[in-house]
Amino acid sequence: MTDLGATPPRVSPANPPAERGPFGLDKPLFDRLLVAAIILVLAAWIIPNINWRLVDRYWFRYLEGIAVTFQLVLISVGLGAALSLPLALARLSKRRWLTGIARGYITFFRGTPLLAQLFLLYYGVGQFNDAFEAIGLWWFFREPLYVAILTFTLNTAAYQAEIMRGAIGSLPKGQEEAAMALGMSRWPIFFKVILPQAYIVALRPLGNELILMIKGSAIASIVTVLDLMGITSLAYARSFNFQAFFWAAALYLIAVEAVRRLWDVLERRLTRHLALSH
Amino acid sequence: MGELFGLIAWGPTGWGDEIAAGAWLTIRLAVVTLPFGLLLGLAIALAKESSNSYLRAVGNVYTTVFRGLPELLTLFVIYNMVQIGANRLTQMIAPGSQFEISGFAAGVIALGVVFGAFASEVFLGAIRAIPKGQSEAGRSLGLSPWQTFRLVRLPQLWRLALPGLGNLWLVLLKDTSLVSVIALNDLLRQTQVAVGVTKEPFFFYLIACLIYLFFTLISQVGVNRLEAQANRGFAAR
Repeated sequence: MTDLGATPPRVSPANPPAERGPFGLDKPLFDRLLVAAIILVLAAWIIPNINWRLVDRYWFRYLEGIAVTFQLVLISVGLGAALSLPLALARLSKRRWLTGIARGYITFFRGTPLLAQLFLLYYGVGQFNDAFEAIGLWWFFREPLYVAILTFTLNTAAYQAEIMRGAIGSLPKGQEEAAMALGMSRWPIFFKVILPQAYIVALRPLGNELILMIKGSAIASIVTVLDLMGITSLAYARSFNFQAFFWAAALYLIAVEAVRRLWDVLERRLTRHLALSH
Repeated sequence: MGELFGLIAWGPTGWGDEIAAGAWLTIRLAVVTLPFGLLLGLAIALAKESSNSYLRAVGNVYTTVFRGLPELLTLFVIYNMVQIGANRLTQMIAPGSQFEISGFAAGVIALGVVFGAFASEVFLGAIRAIPKGQSEAGRSLGLSPWQTFRLVRLPQLWRLALPGLGNLWLVLLKDTSLVSVIALNDLLRQTQVAVGVTKEPFFFYLIACLIYLFFTLISQVGVNRLEAQANRGFAAR
């Protein structure tokens, strides 16, 4: 056997050498220590600086604010979902005028800022209070919370209609044809064959829309609705303590993260039957 | 009806010029924020794609925070922090002097930070959509990692990221309306001023909405053109 000299050690790509962190420590260990150190330093910096008087005075109002925010979002997104279906169908319709109306509606509400829409409906409609009083609707348009819900509903309906249009359009034509071949009529086909599948396709974008609405609902505070953002502005205006905003930021982040995770669970459950390879 | 249109006349009697000035500020705000936000977004996307796990963590925390916070809150906090920070800095460099960052600059920073968070996700998707063979080919031609990125991946990134970035541009355009709450005389703020004087909210807010709509539609035409240009040479699917 001839000596061919020292061959360099082979490193198989499937078995990389253990990653080394700084100071010769194992990388996972070092990472954990680093995270712990960062949390400790942050806690040592933040906790002594918390203004407990602010917390003591406003913690309950913040909870109320969260309740209003959730009320605002859930009602608008729910009503918007109901409204989005006829809109999406109108958008997909063969009748030109119906498509035109739906398209105009969707373009307007997706193409203008939510805040401008809110001002248009709240202040703009307020201008005609006599007329609304005459038809007995003034109690509705006088209340900022109701107008905010109305505005958000109209707005999210436009976005959800576009999502549903895409989802319905993405389904294979064979689904509808198969249902027709089975002798099903038009509406049962839509509600029992098309819609359930469309909702699975639309699940992720609808979750994003829900999160966008949670964040967007902060705008209601500008027309004096006391949602989470409204309470925050109130607490800040009274205390001049900037920490009011940090509490709100933390609460919004928790709410958004919670919804995001909830949606992941929901998606996993609802798509179990679609056993995909990955 | 004639009276209403008199209200948007140009000059001292009407509000046409004031609203046009506000619309111009809205455009400038969005256009100035765009390159800043794009660079920030690209940098964060690269951090999230980096082989360094600490850079990845920083990128992910940034995105989680600024995608999760309401834009209104972010804008308000950053606007104030920038002002306070600039003030402290001047006090350190030259005590006693007064220096204020303009509302415009603070607005651009705040909008850019939010835009960057969303843009980084778009860029990340685009980076991952480029086949690995592209950068391997670049490396085997002897290009450095930076050259591979600049000459091989970046040009392809643009085409893939364009639809997502187009959407973000529309979001940015609409988000500029939020700075009216802070301090800037943008389109919506000028409209509010006009409403305060004329007591014609419906008419003026409708005009403001239509101007925003006009910007959106123009933008969509522009984005479609850019997409067509970026996709030339690719067979239509």
